[in-house]
Amino acid sequence: MSINWFKYSSPQTFFPLAGKLALWFGALALVACGVGLYIGFFVAPTDAQQGEAYRIIFIHVPAAWMSMFLYLVMAFWAGLGLAFNTRLSGMMASAIAPTGALFTFVALWTGSLWGKPTWGTWWVWDARLTSELILLFLYFGFMALQAAIDDARRADKAGAVLALVGVVNIPIIYFSVKWWNTLHQGASVSLAKAPTMAATMFAGMIVMAFGFWFYSIAAALMRARCIMLERERSSDWAVHYAKRSA
Amino acid sequence: MLAALRCVIHRDLLLAARRSSDVLTVLLFFVIVVSLFPLGIGPDPALLRTIAPGVVWVAALLASMLALNRMFASDHADGTLEQMLLGATPLGMTVAAKVFAHWLISGLPLVLISPVLALQFDFPQELLGVLALSLALGSPVLSLIGAIGAALTLGLRVGGALLSLLVLTLYVPVLIIGAGAIEAAASGLGGQAQLLLLGGLLVFAGAFAPWAAAVALRISVE
Amino acid sequence: MSWGSWQNFLAMGGYAFYVWGSYLVTLGLILAEVVLLAMRKRTALGRFRVRGDTGQGDR
Repeated sequence: MSINWFKYSSPQTFFPLAGKLALWFGALALVACGVGLYIGFFVAPTDAQQGEAYRIIFIHVPAAWMSMFLYLVMAFWAGLGLAFNTRLSGMMASAIAPTGALFTFVALWTGSLWGKPTWGTWWVWDARLTSELILLFLYFGFMALQAAIDDARRADKAGAVLALVGVVNIPIIYFSVKWWNTLHQGASVSLAKAPTMAATMFAGMIVMAFGFWFYSIAAALMRARCIMLERERSSDWAVHYAKRSA
Repeated sequence: MLAALRCVIHRDLLLAARRSSDVLTVLLFFVIVVSLFPLGIGPDPALLRTIAPGVVWVAALLASMLALNRMFASDHADGTLEQMLLGATPLGMTVAAKVFAHWLISGLPLVLISPVLALQFDFPQELLGVLALSLALGSPVLSLIGAIGAALTLGLRVGGALLSLLVLTLYVPVLIIGAGAIEAAASGLGGQAQLLLLGGLLVFAGAFAPWAAAVALRISVE
Repeated sequence: MSWGSWQNFLAMGGYAFYVWGSYLVTLGLILAEVVLLAMRKRTALGRFRVRGDTGQGDR
């Protein structure tokens, strides 16, 4: 039995699969987030130093993980599209970007709200938050570049080059920011360190991370379907689908 | 091939000499921006001395970015760029030559003028060398990274603003390390580590950026 | 972890603004994303009706 690796590499076959997967992952996301929130609010104890404020961690850390993970996945699909000239890979990369930007913003927002009660300021120029800010700019750059180019193929390829250059830059950015931060130790403080982790706190974070991950998959697949409908308007399968859903 | 590259550099320099206002405008922009900061912040010498490295570096970043549009746009408009794509010389090498010429026109003047501007901020004279050296190592990196951005946004309507968004984000590590070198030297620690890092970045960018920009050019022109 | 009462839970030990500010904004953004995607799909399908079978494949 030989596996046809490329069976789902055309929009026609991937479109219905994406729809089913989106529903399943959406449901899984709800379950995981439900469990995660339950652990976060009703199992994990109050922290000795930070009181209840630390509970923001159950969103902040998973969102930050997602923001970085999604960028890598986006760069992967974009690179694949550039190397093999497959349309669908480029569409996937474009589909992931807004969700990645969303989680980056959430990480920044929750980081700010966490920093205020614990450190007294709305913004802390620590290495992690500053890197997240630059990551947000990278996402916006990718989305802006693709929005500015009318031709879909050129937009995909140009975005791919940008995403790959960004991926190479991310470790450089992170280390230079970290270095910059330690050099200015007097002026800045590091964002509230996670409380020494009780197992329940860690469990809550992990489950929420899975929840966000499943949600990201569902959202990206839904967006990919929209992109396919927009770009493949002249294809038979798209026309049939549109007729059926009218 | 070297002859072809020499030709590319010579041509770019000649074109820039004919339209010298382009070059001078960017230089003037650099000077004005540096002068704006004391106007906005206040003339306190101690404060100005502290912010001088950062201000000079940020202004260099912005000036460098302003000059990027020129790198490929005029060649694209008159068809020379397509000839370069079709030519025998590897496109990456041609791009490297163009970046070098661009740096000679837009980057090197900034390096040469920066010590004079730093004196406006009462910057200690013994540190002017580090300032100029950090810019000398950093500005080519800015041109190299900028080439990728310029290639990606070639011919787009919103080119300028988009280019700044893309390129300034990628400039951040260079800024941090470059300004950090001067500040480290100022605090007595010595800026060697940062300068070496800048050198490393220059080698890395020099090796990969022309190739990435060449890929981007092919994408933009086809 | 027992909160004792609803009020305690909502008050979050005095940090209600920060904790609920984080959670509600996150929830709001996620809901906004889902709604925007649904609207985008509807618009995309709508274009088929307007232009029939002759739509050019583009963005």
